[in-house]
Amino acid sequence: MSNKPVQSLQPLLSLKGISKSFPGCLANDSIDLDIQQNEIHALLGQNGAGKSTLVKIMYGLLQPDKGEMTWQGNPLTVRSPAHARRLGIAMVFQHFSLFDSLTVLENIKLGLVGSDNHQSSRQLREEVLSLSERYGLPLAPDKHTYTLSVGEKQRIEILRCLLQSPQLLIMDEPTSVLTPQEVDALFVTLRNLRDDGVAILYISHKLQEIRSLCDRATILRNGVKVAVADPTKESATSLARLMIGDSADREFTDSQPSQSLTGTTLKVRNLSLWPNNNFAINLHDINFDVVPGEILGIAGVAGNGQDELMQVLSGETPVDRDVLQLNFNVCADAELSVSKSITKKIGHLKPGARRKLGLGVIPEERLGQATVPSMSLAENTLLTGFRRLPLAPGGWIKKRRLRNFTGQLLENYNVVYGDLNDAVTSLSGGNLQKLIVGREIEQQPSVLIVSQPTWGVDAGAAAQIRHKLREMAADGVAVLVISQDLDELLEVSTHIMAICAGRTSRVYPSAELDAATIGILMGGDTIESTHKVDAAPVLDGDHDASV
Amino acid sequence: MMRLYKRSQPSKFWIYAAPLLAVVLTFLSGLLLFALVGVSVPDAVYAFFVEPLSDRYALAELGVKAAPLIMIGVALSVGFRAGVWNIGAEGQLIVGAIAGSAVALKFYEVDAIWVLPLMCAAGVAGGMFWAAIPALLRSVTNASEILTSLMLTYVAALLLSYMVHGPMRDPDGFNFPESRLFHDAATLPLLLDGTRLHVGFAAALIIVLVVWIFMSRTMAGFSLLVAGAAPRAGVFAGFGKHRAVWFSLLFAGGVAGLAGLFEVAGPIGQLLPGISPGYGFSAIIVAFVGRLHPVGAMFAGLLLAWSYLGGEAAQISLNLPVAVTNVFQGLLLFYLLAADVLILYRFTPEVVTPASGSLNTDTVS
Repeated sequence: MSNKPVQSLQPLLSLKGISKSFPGCLANDSIDLDIQQNEIHALLGQNGAGKSTLVKIMYGLLQPDKGEMTWQGNPLTVRSPAHARRLGIAMVFQHFSLFDSLTVLENIKLGLVGSDNHQSSRQLREEVLSLSERYGLPLAPDKHTYTLSVGEKQRIEILRCLLQSPQLLIMDEPTSVLTPQEVDALFVTLRNLRDDGVAILYISHKLQEIRSLCDRATILRNGVKVAVADPTKESATSLARLMIGDSADREFTDSQPSQSLTGTTLKVRNLSLWPNNNFAINLHDINFDVVPGEILGIAGVAGNGQDELMQVLSGETPVDRDVLQLNFNVCADAELSVSKSITKKIGHLKPGARRKLGLGVIPEERLGQATVPSMSLAENTLLTGFRRLPLAPGGWIKKRRLRNFTGQLLENYNVVYGDLNDAVTSLSGGNLQKLIVGREIEQQPSVLIVSQPTWGVDAGAAAQIRHKLREMAADGVAVLVISQDLDELLEVSTHIMAICAGRTSRVYPSAELDAATIGILMGGDTIESTHKVDAAPVLDGDHDASV
Repeated sequence: MMRLYKRSQPSKFWIYAAPLLAVVLTFLSGLLLFALVGVSVPDAVYAFFVEPLSDRYALAELGVKAAPLIMIGVALSVGFRAGVWNIGAEGQLIVGAIAGSAVALKFYEVDAIWVLPLMCAAGVAGGMFWAAIPALLRSVTNASEILTSLMLTYVAALLLSYMVHGPMRDPDGFNFPESRLFHDAATLPLLLDGTRLHVGFAAALIIVLVVWIFMSRTMAGFSLLVAGAAPRAGVFAGFGKHRAVWFSLLFAGGVAGLAGLFEVAGPIGQLLPGISPGYGFSAIIVAFVGRLHPVGAMFAGLLLAWSYLGGEAAQISLNLPVAVTNVFQGLLLFYLLAADVLILYRFTPEVVTPASGSLNTDTVS
């Protein structure tokens, strides 16, 4: 049915031992990659796996530190994107470079200026129309670009590339901005191109797409090529495992502290959200509890509603008051184990008021959201610290107290820094995150919500941060961790749920899950139908997620 | 050839040196300008730069001009640091002056101690009201306050014109477009006898002090700085999306209104069609030359006041057009913005690559 790649043929583009490092990180570590003619080749990996760096090397935007490339068997050095285009390598970026006030044809023409083929407008129009018909890229050449949808704008970019008759077309996360219908149309186009002999390198972390579209997949993890696979023969789960890594070396900490009688429970009830923004994910009827002493992990591929959920929890997006509740369990009589519980509805509260009630938040974006990049370490400690710490009683900043506290904080959390007045940008990623985590933990929250706690953080700092989270839970804090790192979730969480397309799965004790099972949940499937777990009582009473 | 390289962090030296460099370059360009138009340079220097500082009366006049510039410049700098671009202080000044004048004329010849405070309150309220319009538009419809506040300035100017030609015209004024002269209880007390220096100058210095403390010591001031430097962090920390917009505009509007009231109740003494030589606009330069810091804005206000007086003196003694003031202010802002490049960038001679520069013997091997 489809033209399967013939492996014996000489590859169109071949990479051998490509390495590229940036200060503090090895982005590509000796990567091999072969792209055949007539194939759609997937480059698969999580954020930060090294996909972009590798592609930038192929397109001449970066030069490799080590390694060789060959093009149709001949040694190749791509000096610049212009050079790549002359060779026949074209690329469609995630962000388009189009002028909104110009028409489709004018934008296409603009991209061609300086190239070899000087044609008249009429010739160009005919060529554009014939190409767009042949590959199913319908476009009205005289429409103004600002009137077009994102999918139509992407078609302009693709047409621009096709006019140069490329032999290799690189698509960088092309579906991240498209609707499902536009994705289907794009796939038809890409298959047509493949059948006409154009090799396509398709970069994505969306497993389903790759399984339905691509002929082969090269999988990167932490800058290393971990596998070449035939995605049509792999399951989403096995691809996810390759992409995310096996959790064989996970450290088991089964002696979880029993849930303490007192403490604060965060309850999320019937959370649905339709953000007024085309790129945001709708949230559908999310329900869960985070109880004291628990670390609830939320797994999911990026862009499945985690950001939106985070904003609701932090208070940046206020919702109805009933949607979020804090249930304070106060021990009224320790001997008789009688406890009194007070429920406070907080959905409508702003971030500051929530903090005062003990809700600590560590967002994913460290510079610009969790901290003000241009401000000093001390000022950034003040940013949220003043809510629960006596750093600015009555609105008056106590400078000396702030300096002393910040100094103490940085010391306790082993932050390497120069001076308290240095801008927060002077810290490395790991040290910055230690400052943020410390700032929130020192406020003694009763509920702590963390997104990507150790993303881009060096191993030492990551271990330290995870240790802190477990300590918090042991002290009776309810902890919620949103992460894309399954190993991390399996290591720290007592319970895990997955989020997919704005819907959450049930909550499972993490001891009953492994990376493969979570992979299924991340894909939006239930495991009861496919997995033996249904025999065991998966939930205790506190964790019924489908109230 | 020289090349610009981005510094790893902003230069502390040039943050303070850039305004001084701009002043020096403005001065030198001024001399060149005078020479080009055929004016004797020593005479021009004397008239423009020395005369305004020559005696007690001249120094008092410097204070008279500087008072509104400092007040508004300091107030605008608060908003500019919070990322709120209020360009319409001139309009807020005018509406404040109209509102205060209305009180003065309503209680014409009422010799009571409360008349002047009431006028001040009306001036503040008028300026705040005018600034509340862009604040409302920004927070409800997300309309740029740069455009709305600027456009409202022209509305305010027409409103003033209507007032002095109509409702507030002096009934015994032979149809001149002027209000009555305010009576004594409605005019500002003087600080120095025999001059026009009024209590507004003292008020300006108090505002400098208050804003300085507010911005460096209070959480409210800190939250404005956060909103300006990283809006998303401000929302995350719970400082509210629109608080900075409302506060910045209302504060600057109120202060500008008060400055307008000081003008009509002080040096002018009545409502006229032209009550401000663009103080509201010059205050923008004041704020930036003063590095958006209250104390800096105080010195910058004095500097700009100097340029107003110098321009007037040059007009009288050298027959130069009044536009010379605007030219100087424009040059100052131009050089300041240019000099500010040095804060973030450094100039380095371009290194010639060995391949192309065979004469270049000192390249590192």
